[in-house]
Amino acid sequence: MSAIRKEDSMLLQKQMISDHYDRLASAHDEGQKVVYTFVPGNLNELVRSFGLLPVLPEINALQSGLRKKSGEYIAEAEKHGHSEDVCTYVKCDIGMLKKGNIGPTGRQLPKPDLLLLSYTGCFTFLKWFELLREEYGDVPVAMLHVPYQANGRIEPHQRDYVVQQMRTEIIPKLEQVSGRKFDEDRLRDMLRLSAAAEDDLVWTLESAKKTPSPIDAYFGGVHYIGPIFSAFRGMQSAVDYYTALRAEVQERLDNGQGPVTPEGPMGKEKYRLVVEGPPNWTSFREFWKMFYDEGAVFVSSTYTKVGGLYDRGFRHDPDHPLETLADYCLGCYTNLGLPTRVDLLEQYIADYNADGFLVNSVKSCNSFSVGQLMMLRQLETRTGVPGLFIENDLVDPRYFSAANIKNRIESYLQMLDQKRGVAA
Amino acid sequence: MQRAQNLSEDIDFAAVTEWKARGVGRKAIGHMPTYVPRELIHAAGMLAVGITGGGDKLEIIRGDAYFQSYICRIPRSTIELALSHRLDMLDGMLFPSICDVIRNLSGMWSMIFPDRYVHYVDVPQNFDTEVGGRFWRRELETLRHDFAQLSGVAIDDEALRASIAVYNENRHVIRDLYRARSERPWIFPMSEVYYLLRAGNVLPPEEHTSLLREYLALAPLETSRRDQDRSRVVLAGMFCEQPPHGLVMTLERAGCYVVNDDFLLGLRWLQDDVATTGDPLDALVDAYLNHSAMSASRYAPDGDRGRWLIDSVERNRAEGVIFAAASFCDPALLDQPMLVAALDRSGIPHTEFKFAEDTGQFAVIREQAGTFSDSIRLWSEA
Amino acid sequence: MIDVFVGIDLGSTTTKAIVLDGDGQVIGRGITNSRSNYDVAALIVREEALVRTRFTLVERSIGADAFVVAALERNLKLEQHLELLARLREAMSMIAAGPKHRAHASDLRERLDEIDAGMEPLAREHFAPGATRRSDFFRDLAAADYMHLAEKLADPKGIAFDVLCGVFDAAILAVENLPIERAFERHIGAALETTLSEHLSCDAAQLRRAVEDARNEDLVERATVGTGYGRARLPFPKEQIRSEILCHGLGAHAMFPATRTVLDIGGQDTKAIQVDANGIVTSFQMNDRCAAGCGRYLGYIADEMNLALHELGPLAQESRTRVKINSTCTVFAGAELRERLSLGQKREDILAGLHRAIILRAMSLLARSGGITDQLTFTGGVAKNPAAVAALRDLIQENYGVRTLNTSPDSIYTGSLGAALFAQRAAERKAAA
Repeated sequence: MSAIRKEDSMLLQKQMISDHYDRLASAHDEGQKVVYTFVPGNLNELVRSFGLLPVLPEINALQSGLRKKSGEYIAEAEKHGHSEDVCTYVKCDIGMLKKGNIGPTGRQLPKPDLLLLSYTGCFTFLKWFELLREEYGDVPVAMLHVPYQANGRIEPHQRDYVVQQMRTEIIPKLEQVSGRKFDEDRLRDMLRLSAAAEDDLVWTLESAKKTPSPIDAYFGGVHYIGPIFSAFRGMQSAVDYYTALRAEVQERLDNGQGPVTPEGPMGKEKYRLVVEGPPNWTSFREFWKMFYDEGAVFVSSTYTKVGGLYDRGFRHDPDHPLETLADYCLGCYTNLGLPTRVDLLEQYIADYNADGFLVNSVKSCNSFSVGQLMMLRQLETRTGVPGLFIENDLVDPRYFSAANIKNRIESYLQMLDQKRGVAA
Repeated sequence: MQRAQNLSEDIDFAAVTEWKARGVGRKAIGHMPTYVPRELIHAAGMLAVGITGGGDKLEIIRGDAYFQSYICRIPRSTIELALSHRLDMLDGMLFPSICDVIRNLSGMWSMIFPDRYVHYVDVPQNFDTEVGGRFWRRELETLRHDFAQLSGVAIDDEALRASIAVYNENRHVIRDLYRARSERPWIFPMSEVYYLLRAGNVLPPEEHTSLLREYLALAPLETSRRDQDRSRVVLAGMFCEQPPHGLVMTLERAGCYVVNDDFLLGLRWLQDDVATTGDPLDALVDAYLNHSAMSASRYAPDGDRGRWLIDSVERNRAEGVIFAAASFCDPALLDQPMLVAALDRSGIPHTEFKFAEDTGQFAVIREQAGTFSDSIRLWSEA
Repeated sequence: MIDVFVGIDLGSTTTKAIVLDGDGQVIGRGITNSRSNYDVAALIVREEALVRTRFTLVERSIGADAFVVAALERNLKLEQHLELLARLREAMSMIAAGPKHRAHASDLRERLDEIDAGMEPLAREHFAPGATRRSDFFRDLAAADYMHLAEKLADPKGIAFDVLCGVFDAAILAVENLPIERAFERHIGAALETTLSEHLSCDAAQLRRAVEDARNEDLVERATVGTGYGRARLPFPKEQIRSEILCHGLGAHAMFPATRTVLDIGGQDTKAIQVDANGIVTSFQMNDRCAAGCGRYLGYIADEMNLALHELGPLAQESRTRVKINSTCTVFAGAELRERLSLGQKREDILAGLHRAIILRAMSLLARSGGITDQLTFTGGVAKNPAAVAALRDLIQENYGVRTLNTSPDSIYTGSLGAALFAQRAAERKAAA
């Protein structure tokens, strides 16, 4: 009985995603317009309020990684003159486009009717959509420049700037593409749904404060953030998903159970870890297995905050629709200055009672990676908790060196053991 | 000339220390490549110091500990400069929004030097006066306030207008130099011009302006300089990490006249005079929004990514383009396929290679540039 | 009956073993090339370490007459070498009889016999009293001898040199992948007679007795722990496998108890390890994906300069003006080197720059792991290179001030020593439970 219930939220999400891709595949036939945009700081409610369908190239790229197609796509892009040095998400997306733009469900993705360039926390986004603009020819681009929170706080003029851009650049273009007028009440309704789902997401993420943790906040966490970081925030389906997820996690908590892995319930929790940086998608399961086989569970992660730091109190606020969207964009994890990121990790290590932390440093993402070696030293010094540094990539299979990574993980966990042995 | 070379190769920044010693309480503000409003620094009586990494003279001992192998060179050598106390004379440091590396470096800086002034200069990517312009004006106001505090000198409009005029003049003479070089590149070889530009990193703008004037007057007197009938190329991709001097020499020796480039682009970011009447902040805002140089780190709202490059080729009667991007430079390398496509559409020949500021070997580059130069000459003769 | 504890370190280039007695004293050790087969390497090296253990027993019973034992050991090696030569002969004749060589089978057989006849005298020369050997590995010695003879005997019109090489290459694989079992027990008799015939001043009767006792001693392997790059390939249960980071930390601590930082530069990777007063690892960093600056890089350079690996360091130390080298990228090493040489830069000056560049990479790993607070122990193959050690000493001085830098000729055994100590602890814990 409970074994079946545990799969509920997974199945639900799978269904949501496949429905979405199906709608996308037939969108143009049905006169439906699509908007391409990015995950961090996305304006899903706003886009959806115009009846437009979002396409998220980062999600396509990570899906290609999970389906082991990314290597081929990256090679295709490099064949077309893209440097081996640069972001593999971009190359994976462009390679996929060059190979017919077939989405994860096997059907072709529609061309964009608008490129909504939400330039939040990642410089490469800007070049990415410039490149797509070249590929697609005459597609309009709406550019939203989100300034950087270098000092760890949102300045009023930064918020004004983002709101002004929505008024003068984003909304007019959405109106133009959709043929509809901006409907603020509809937006408010959606923001209300966002906030409801966000409450349950936060509850789920914070369930990991319990010992044993009922969830893996990294490898499981990337699934839990799926609906709210992507095309479903502001939709009833996301609210339903998080209600179901919460019930499942509650049940595991009640039973004192740990996370569920692809190979079934995890064994005894031996190590509690915090993690900084995105995961690897091409060897996602293999990477996870290296941890759960040893009894290591991730109790908190920064990657699950790239689409918003809900656990620090932010909720979409229907009473201030544009301002709340601006704050949302400004508050994404990769848009925060490094000192703020170190502070956040330090708090996670304390709040989640972690034995250690991992920095999974991906080659593709300078926004995450530059400064991580310094973050590692700072955190070790401040918390006394040792860190593990792994080099990896998002979707470039050439960068996942299993033996090397496993060696580091084993050494690290044995080191934690040894330290504990002395302390005991 | 010798002075320019010494200034541009001095990784100890003696010129800055000397400048500070010439007056009581003088302060200097460093900044990474591309655009910062140096006029505001100048108006506060401070010296703007361009930091473009450590080049090929600096040994990286500590810097590599901070960066993974897939990060470009300039942040490593800049950290090295700082940790080896070579930047101790700087009273503050500005990091313009050029890419995620330099952006995150600003945060690292504030953790390494918690007591020093560090500011991330977030230039707008929206070019509407009422939107991006308003935001940028607020950013400039913050800088004006911060610089006044740092220097103890309130920056009034009059002083700022005067500084704008000083920099207008500096940009003028740089434009003259580029024009002269484009017309008679054998008189103004790249290997010299590069040193002269770099001297602008550490000299007060007035001194830099006179140095360039002097050079413009003296270089034509060198009677041994004759047209070698080389191919004319535009160089692109070096707006942040700077190439070693040997690389620039190599290109010339390989048979190329570099008739335009994007070295030290920050020095000539504003391509027209900034108004010296009216509100000076508004004038700076207007110049940034409407008269900025194009670069990979700037959004191109009109979508014509390669236009500026083709214009540059045409204006300078160049026969081809050499793309030289720093290894792992995201902006330049992501931009390149678009620029290449634009050149292809216009039938302009091009070649590409990557470099690092400490590249020590040029044989491959010499070979490649030489072949390219020969081939475009054959191509243009045909 | 003697209880022994074995640690095996499977490195990417060499595999090492250490045998400890119940008091934690090192009584045996062995080293072999890792080949592509870790299982075999582990078997061979373990056997070698146990052979050495029996020599230690001989030493212990006859007193500190190291000269005699060394002679005995050398002569045992000769016997082992001869046994392997016999195997090689057999393997080659099978290959020569194969279908590939049908056309020239009898000619080939003749040449091989001639070569073979020359191999044994050369082997005896290698192991004669006072001789120096350029390698301790059978493969290296046999290959050099074989090539030397084949070059002389090859005939471009008949059996060409490359045909002879092909036969050797195929045969050596089979030969070196078969361990010699019970070598001490089977060969010590012959070795003893040869040794006695060398007229050393020793008490023959006492020596015979000691050798006999050592041969009959029952070595009980109480626990074995494996570590190193290839450890996952060992046919050991999981609890008998330890990370090489932990083993290096503990091994370095055992060799130099005041060690707080360990730097290990091996063929494929570089490790910076921090340990506490008990040899427990508190932090570590390894080189990233890019293997620039590891031992393998020096290997490329040596090949490119046509030098033996051990010649690089001393040549670098002759430099008066070091060249600044910025890249330690293995991919570009050859091209950069050729360009510099063509510019007229001196080999020793380039090498001096290269050594410094390698150590600079290590310095950044050391910094990442937490810096150098007290004694640093430098291990791994590169620690044998005097120019690398000198560069490290300079850079530590420049960046951390005066620190003790430990190196040991036995540093290559650091990981296996740590593993053996873990084996001993595991056995003690088991006994206590």
